[in-house]
Amino acid sequence: MSVGNSLYLVAPEIILSASGLLLLLIGAWGGFKSARLVSILAVTALFASSAVALEFLLNPAFAEGGDAFFGQYRLDKFGSLTKLLIYISAIVSIIIAPRFFDNVAGGRSAVMRPEYPVLIVFAAIGMGMMVSAVDLMTLYIGLELNSLAAYVLASFLRNDERSAEAGLKYFVLGGLASGILLFGMSLLYGFTGTTNFNAINQAFESGLSTGALFGLIFVLAGMAFKISAVPFHMWTPDVYEGAPTPVTTFFATAPKVAALALTMRLAIEAFGSQIAAWQQIIIFIALASIVVGAAGAIGQTNIKRLLAYSSINNVGFILIGLAAANQAGASAMLVYLMIYVAMTLGSFVAVLDLRDADGNQVEEISSLAGLSKSRPGLAAAIAIFMFSLAGIPPLFGFWGKFLVFEAAVQADLILLAALGIAASVIGAFYYLKVIKVMYFDESADVVVKSDSKSHAVIIALCALFVSPLGYLLIPVLGNIADQAAAALFWAL
Amino acid sequence: MAIKLIVFLPLLAAIIAGLGNRALGNIPAKVITTGALFVSCALSWPIFLSFLGGDTQAFVVPVLDWVRSGDLNFNWALSVDTLTAVMLVVVTTVSALVHLYSWGYMDEDPDQPRFFAYLSLFTFAMLMLVTADNLVQMFFGWEGVGLASYLLIGFWFKKPSANAAAIKAFVVNRVGDLGFMLGIFGTFLVFGTVSIPEILAAAPAMAGSTIGFLGMRFDTMTILCLLLFIGAMGKSAQLGLHTWLPDAMEGPTPVSALIHAATMVTAGVFMVCRLSPMFETSETALAVVTFVGAATALFAATVGLVQTDIKRVIAYSTCSQLGYMFFATGVGAYGAAMFHLFTHAFFKALLFLGAGSVIHAMHHEQDMRYYGGLKKEIPLTFWAMLAGTLAITGVGIIHIGAIPALGFAGFFSKDAIIEAAYASGTEMGSIAFFVGVTAALLTSFYSWRLMFLTFWGKPRWIESEHIQHSVHKTPETAEDSTGGYHPHESPLTMLIPLGVLAMGAIFAGFVFHHAFIDAEQGAAFWNGSIAFDEHLMHAIHEVPYWVKLSSTFAMLIGLGTAFYMYMRGEGRPQALANQFRGLYQFFFNKWYFDELYDLIFVKPAFWFGRLFWKRGDQQTIDRFGPDGAATLVSYGSKVAGRLQTGYLYSYALVMLLGLVAAITWVMVR
Repeated sequence: MSVGNSLYLVAPEIILSASGLLLLLIGAWGGFKSARLVSILAVTALFASSAVALEFLLNPAFAEGGDAFFGQYRLDKFGSLTKLLIYISAIVSIIIAPRFFDNVAGGRSAVMRPEYPVLIVFAAIGMGMMVSAVDLMTLYIGLELNSLAAYVLASFLRNDERSAEAGLKYFVLGGLASGILLFGMSLLYGFTGTTNFNAINQAFESGLSTGALFGLIFVLAGMAFKISAVPFHMWTPDVYEGAPTPVTTFFATAPKVAALALTMRLAIEAFGSQIAAWQQIIIFIALASIVVGAAGAIGQTNIKRLLAYSSINNVGFILIGLAAANQAGASAMLVYLMIYVAMTLGSFVAVLDLRDADGNQVEEISSLAGLSKSRPGLAAAIAIFMFSLAGIPPLFGFWGKFLVFEAAVQADLILLAALGIAASVIGAFYYLKVIKVMYFDESADVVVKSDSKSHAVIIALCALFVSPLGYLLIPVLGNIADQAAAALFWAL
Repeated sequence: MAIKLIVFLPLLAAIIAGLGNRALGNIPAKVITTGALFVSCALSWPIFLSFLGGDTQAFVVPVLDWVRSGDLNFNWALSVDTLTAVMLVVVTTVSALVHLYSWGYMDEDPDQPRFFAYLSLFTFAMLMLVTADNLVQMFFGWEGVGLASYLLIGFWFKKPSANAAAIKAFVVNRVGDLGFMLGIFGTFLVFGTVSIPEILAAAPAMAGSTIGFLGMRFDTMTILCLLLFIGAMGKSAQLGLHTWLPDAMEGPTPVSALIHAATMVTAGVFMVCRLSPMFETSETALAVVTFVGAATALFAATVGLVQTDIKRVIAYSTCSQLGYMFFATGVGAYGAAMFHLFTHAFFKALLFLGAGSVIHAMHHEQDMRYYGGLKKEIPLTFWAMLAGTLAITGVGIIHIGAIPALGFAGFFSKDAIIEAAYASGTEMGSIAFFVGVTAALLTSFYSWRLMFLTFWGKPRWIESEHIQHSVHKTPETAEDSTGGYHPHESPLTMLIPLGVLAMGAIFAGFVFHHAFIDAEQGAAFWNGSIAFDEHLMHAIHEVPYWVKLSSTFAMLIGLGTAFYMYMRGEGRPQALANQFRGLYQFFFNKWYFDELYDLIFVKPAFWFGRLFWKRGDQQTIDRFGPDGAATLVSYGSKVAGRLQTGYLYSYALVMLLGLVAAITWVMVR
């Protein structure tokens, strides 16, 4: 295991780190004017990393994966697949940003800053480390790198009260969660004498001491904050609403993928020999997330807040796959994540496309009234995303839900599956409400036409993916997800 | 091949007109359906005439396999024998004429394609019924005509009364259908087949066998026949299950003529005749059939005496005539029953279509009290109605010496029934004889009452609200009792059917009575398709003269009384009604059947329904089920919203509490 080989295995991170630092310099010298160039270069770098990740994912030579830096970091299909999802989300978040920042508050003060793509790139590096981490130290470095970038991104419109509030809330609560996580990690190290996932797992096989159990719970709590699972979800609606919409798009997709992937790896690779210790907690968190996410969403009038609760709700469903604690569950989670990313990106870009005659963002659900007449294409796309989020067949969102429930049933968690299915009915209520407002309410005539081709392309691609046509991809996606999930269970 | 065309052309027409509907347009829909029916009719008569000539044997045309399941095997097949041939001409002829008549009658209706599609669909179902060679296919047709009847009674679905009548017809028929179904099940249980020829062949051997039910032994054939007869009672509106027929008059008048006079309501009689070898095995069943038939004949006639709505008078008259047919089957005179069915189809369709023509002329007024003096205004309708009335009242001369009997259609068929009842010699038969003669008197009275009130006397039109709307006057402002209203004779499309049916009403009896009811010729004509009793038919000719003349006398007395009451002086009916107030009210309110059923069945059913609805569904299932869950969710949504305070410390608190709860859980466990 040479250092050179290690460097090769972390190629995506190296590409992004080098370009991140370079872009920072360009931004510092070039000022606002360089924003366009920096964005283009950042997207290019992310594409390059994606290509490498795709190569790692598909090339049979890397089927076995490999450890880098003496067991700190692992390259496997699981990491490569989730990295791809993260990079795609990051790319979309950069592409949609300029239109938003150039027009925000009527274009008065803020414009697109070169720091925005740079921060996204650094966050992406952190997340790449998270999904590849097989050691508590790597885990923490990656998580903090991502979080620090995220705090700044949340308050990116620093003259905007809501954005500043969002950043502050995220930072304080994130700090608290980080403390909990660190405390848990120190307990784990103290009681097992190692920070390596596999070593922890081996130590757990002989039994779980009370201290180690505390450590396990604290670590999971810290992770639950990142994936905004109930009861660590409270920041989500406020931050999603307050943060600039491209940032919210980013938050709702990439960090969710990274944190969920990290949680899966932790739960399986580090705590896999003590499933009984955490399974019930995950079940509770999953159900609580589904119910609270759904119930909370019902009363919302702001579409970003609604989507925030929707993401809480979806995380609950994804966690059902984790609760199953088997390979089918992990595979189902990955498929669900892919579909979730497409649905969420599509919905948020659609929200970004909603502007009134003065160029302001439209966020009130009631303002969507009559959208089916003024912008039938957009209304149809939103309808597709909402139906899909609600898990109504034949849209693709149904498939993800179906897989996690199937995994739960296989793991004999029939009650969990039944409750989850019952609770998904509540969710359907608020998704359908959006559709009802768009198609059946008296027209409010707020939203005007948009001329953004990039938005249209992204929305169309996402809509196509979650449309029934997505089912054609099942063999491909299922196969990749199965291989990626298998990578998690090799160590066991 | 011809038989397939006869049966399936109406179905094809119904599908085209029904699916095409408004896209097809009125005229094409009418041309297709009416054309299909006239073709069917033209193909039916040669079949009937060939059976009449005796040069055709019964045959079966298979159409499709239907059910192959263990012992239960049957096909879609079209079976044609003499009985079917008679029904074929009745159904297709009346249906074709009614289609044509509807061109004029429904001319202003916005939904004509739908109407004609329903009419053709009905005809198809009725043809399936009469050509059935197994009980299941017969049941298919049975339900098909029920459906078409429901759709057509409720055709004007914007009228609440029409909807109520349609539902009533459907529900009451379900009661009968349940009996029919049980009869079919029982027959399959006993005979192991649903094929009608096989059942009829095996029936005599089953006579006297018993079947165990609830620990008691019952005569098998009696049980089966009574169950099947309940089905016939429902469809043919016999006493007890008759309440839907008068209400069914809410449908358009051509529908009343086709379905509720000439064809569908006679399906019960047809079924009993088709299964006559079965009924012959049970004396008890036959006695019940005779009794119910006779009771219906008398009951409906008494109610018909006092009704004021022209269509309802004819509806009760139909009910009464069906009673005649049933007691004819009950005494074993199946030929006579079928003959009356045949002639009745012509003269009753004629009366209904004539009534429709009157209603058409009188601006949709149906109350006879507001008619009068229409003889001069609509003379062609008058002559047609007169022919129908002469036929139903049975005007004719019995044959004396060398002079053959001469008379209108009803004379031959009704007198044959009354004489058969007398000749049968059973106790029930003699009761039926006296009832039949009495009912003939009543028939004559209400039929002539209808004629006198409608066509003679002075016009009383201005008292009708319909006429008042038409001429924009009230009885006070009008200069005379006509209000200046001018009834118009109906268009040619309506008069042609009247003319054709009038020919039938006049000549059908005289022309066909040998074939249908003569002892030797009848046996050859029916050729085993019904249980034809030659001895009984012989006996008819041997009955005393007073029996032969009794119905004619009854007819004359009825005519005379009606003439005395309605043509000689005003106020006599009113005076009589006042004198016998109780009896009048009893008849006028239809023997209080509707009220009784309302009390016994409808009210408790509603009470039960309401109990399950309010207590069971709303207050239990909904409250703890969907509504409860929805309330819980919206409550939960409020709680979630309240927890979302926006303050950092409360968020941090929730996180820490969650952490503590998790720790506690894993420690305590």
